[in-house]
Amino acid sequence: MNRYSSWKYIVIIFLIGLGLLFALPNIYGKDPSLQISAARSAEISELTEFQVSAALEEAAITHKGISLGISNLTIRFNDEETQLRAQSIVKESLGRNYVVALNLAPATPDWLIKFGAEPMSLGLDLRGGVHFLMEVDMEAAIEKAEDRYISDLRSFLREKKVRYKTITHNKTGGLLIRFKDDTEYNKGQSLLADNFDDLDVESESSEDEFSLIAVIREEVLLETQRLALQQNITTLRKRVNELGVAEPVIQRQGLKRVVVQLPGVQDTARAKAILGATATLEFRLVDEEHEPQEAVDGRPPAGSKLYYERNGLPILLKKQIMLTGDSIINAASGFDTLTGGPDVTITLDGKGAKKMSRGTRDNVGKRLAVVFIEYKMETIKQDGDIIKEKEIVEEVINAAVIQEQLGKRFHITGLDSSEEAKNLALLLRAGALAAPIYIIEERTVGPSLGQDNIDKGFDSVVIGFVLVLIFMAIYYKVFGLIADIALSLNLVLIIAMLSLLQATLTLPGIAGIVLTVGMAVDANVLIFERIREEIRNGNTPQASIHAGYEKAFSTIADANITTLIAALMLFSFGTGPIQGFAVTLSLGIISSMFTAIMVSRGLVNLIYGGKNLNKLII
Amino acid sequence: MGNMNIKFNFMRMRVITTIMSVLLLIASIASLSYQGLNLGIDFTGGTLVEVGYPEAVDLDKIRESFIDSEFSNTSVQYFGTANEILIRIPPQRGLNSADISNNLLNLLSANNLNVEMRRVEFVGPQVGDELKEDGGLAMLYALLCIMVYVAFRFQMRFSVGAVAALIHDVVITLGFFSIMHFNFDLTILAALLAVIGYSLNDTIVVFDRVRENFRKVRDKTPVDVFNISLNQTLSRTLMTSFTTLLVLIALFFLGGEIIHGFSIALIFGVLIGTYSSIYIASPVTLALGIKKEDLMPVKKEGLDLENQP
Repeated sequence: MNRYSSWKYIVIIFLIGLGLLFALPNIYGKDPSLQISAARSAEISELTEFQVSAALEEAAITHKGISLGISNLTIRFNDEETQLRAQSIVKESLGRNYVVALNLAPATPDWLIKFGAEPMSLGLDLRGGVHFLMEVDMEAAIEKAEDRYISDLRSFLREKKVRYKTITHNKTGGLLIRFKDDTEYNKGQSLLADNFDDLDVESESSEDEFSLIAVIREEVLLETQRLALQQNITTLRKRVNELGVAEPVIQRQGLKRVVVQLPGVQDTARAKAILGATATLEFRLVDEEHEPQEAVDGRPPAGSKLYYERNGLPILLKKQIMLTGDSIINAASGFDTLTGGPDVTITLDGKGAKKMSRGTRDNVGKRLAVVFIEYKMETIKQDGDIIKEKEIVEEVINAAVIQEQLGKRFHITGLDSSEEAKNLALLLRAGALAAPIYIIEERTVGPSLGQDNIDKGFDSVVIGFVLVLIFMAIYYKVFGLIADIALSLNLVLIIAMLSLLQATLTLPGIAGIVLTVGMAVDANVLIFERIREEIRNGNTPQASIHAGYEKAFSTIADANITTLIAALMLFSFGTGPIQGFAVTLSLGIISSMFTAIMVSRGLVNLIYGGKNLNKLII
Repeated sequence: MGNMNIKFNFMRMRVITTIMSVLLLIASIASLSYQGLNLGIDFTGGTLVEVGYPEAVDLDKIRESFIDSEFSNTSVQYFGTANEILIRIPPQRGLNSADISNNLLNLLSANNLNVEMRRVEFVGPQVGDELKEDGGLAMLYALLCIMVYVAFRFQMRFSVGAVAALIHDVVITLGFFSIMHFNFDLTILAALLAVIGYSLNDTIVVFDRVRENFRKVRDKTPVDVFNISLNQTLSRTLMTSFTTLLVLIALFFLGGEIIHGFSIALIFGVLIGTYSSIYIASPVTLALGIKKEDLMPVKKEGLDLENQP
């Protein structure tokens, strides 16, 4: 009685072996390291590796090894101080075309990596860093799409010689197209129906009004939103690369949100300014023929628009835009050689350069203004309603006389600080956002708190765990020790599964592990209490063991399945940290079923199985 | 077969405990409706900043420095030690969310250069509302699924008893947080859901034994069957609660300030959950008139025990 067949032992040993293998990488810790990746046209190759190691050697900095990856180069160091020193040296030696980011690289030995075993990654609450949840302003994206249709419609109708009065945004949604008379209206309606599949066209005519309302189709709108989100993610990715962050996470969440996680970033002010910035530039000619005062008094001349300079003075600019920020392919900040003030040197693409040279050729001697545009939004709750307040900041940062025909490269001045020049250059390089994006949630954890959390979390797991082990051994003697082994293996298996899934370990995740440890004992307690009961009822030890395991099984299954249901609900409705908690709880339940039932039974059978027992120490 | 002695007559006290539970429920609901929960920024939106200093700081001085600033109606309190403070800023008009933490840190470092930013959390109002909704939904669906599962595995009356115990636990734990005015954030919500899982675990173990005994014993009243089952599972109930509490107490004392609320909620929940599986789940099931005939097997149990290890 109470014998396990050898295949069961083989299964147990195999699973435990796997568990140990995949849990193992976690004990090696992480090395402070540098991660070098290429920005722009540069490439990571053996040459880079050689260049870096030569530079480090020259500075007498020792490292633990350089490894060349597919698109990056990782150098490990013994401590953080060396890492920081090395960063500045490597940066200097490689120049601006490379991004040198501080990182923590797992110190897993090669033979383990060959098995695909990797340590768990630590969540931001444990390693420090910033978590942003950003929301794309879809209203703005749709408005932009409507703007495109307006200009398409205008040129289409003009080309087809249909005489319309105006095309504008309709107050209740869609576009309002007003025609001159009935015949033009009919012509326009049939042409639009045939040529603009994306629009639903409806009549909006009254007696003396001949107009149409064109609404963008639902599926086209969805596609527009999807594209806006996608393009924003691409832009955010470029901006994050420019910030030089190792292992950033940039993920879509739902239909209009993006999660951005930047491990190790401490300067959150800059990160926020850069990620959410909607800053872009426009170049417009100054209207020299009219006085700005006229516009201030409320009579803006046709074709011009009133702006203000940074010093508050009004200035009139032509409505026609000479160039927008989209044409910029490179931008670098620096200092103006004449004034010593901060400046940004701009490089345009071919099309932009042509526009610029054509625009400036005929206007030498006139002034060209650089307009800095930024969208700001604030969400507030008032009387239970959520209100969005939008503001567009448009400032003229500089209006200089065109000395000569401008071309592909030129520079702009008038910025407040070199910090602003630096950020503007970065934003112009990384490209504009398709639609404004706003931070709706931020969680920043400083590095010292992260380390604190790891230490405390680790301490409480270890102490709580040891207390339970001691208590079980005292209370159930030999069986208690068996339960202890099962419990320890349970912990190993949880860690192995988390590592295998490459789950991120967070503080609530650690709490989940602690809780599972407490609850995993339950299965063994149920079994042992049942065995005791059977013995009290006068059964033989062997029969009691057998009956104890058997009778406790359905209870354990029922209890665990219901807890699993609760964990599942947590996972499907929770976000971030709650999901982490649910994952560890679920994995813990599954592995505790295996260890508390299979493994402990295997051990019991190994010790007591087939023997002639008179008494059971339990 | 089996020890059918009744050492503790649990069910005799059920009138007294029911009254006690009802009183606790009334107190909880009253506090929840008058005082409400001290909701954290996870649900209300707003900004929370934790800063650390190398030495103890004077809260009054910090409050003073806020008086003429945009942070005049913020709450400032110690967090764990006197070296760390927690500042809560309600959602405000006219303050760009992204700038709040920067401005605050500038203001603090103007007074004391050694200030170190330890944590910033900003939650926009729309996110807070969603979390509230999602949290409530998670709870509701969890209860519903559990009810269906228990009804399927046991019997409808057990299902009502189990869910009554869970609602009891959740309401009283919420009431506890409301009365004590503890901060209720996302981690507490997670703890509450874990409490549901735990309390249910306990209840199921008792019910399992009740079902077994109903099928086995003859000539006993349902009250006796419950008493016998509760006695038989008592040592297990105490053992498991004790080991879980051991771990939770370790978490409470060593896990750090950030996990304090979480461990308090769980410690309270484990205690109330253990109590409810004895004094709520069982009496409710009894009161609904559970009989031996309800539990006689129609078919063999879903799990074929002979083939199990």
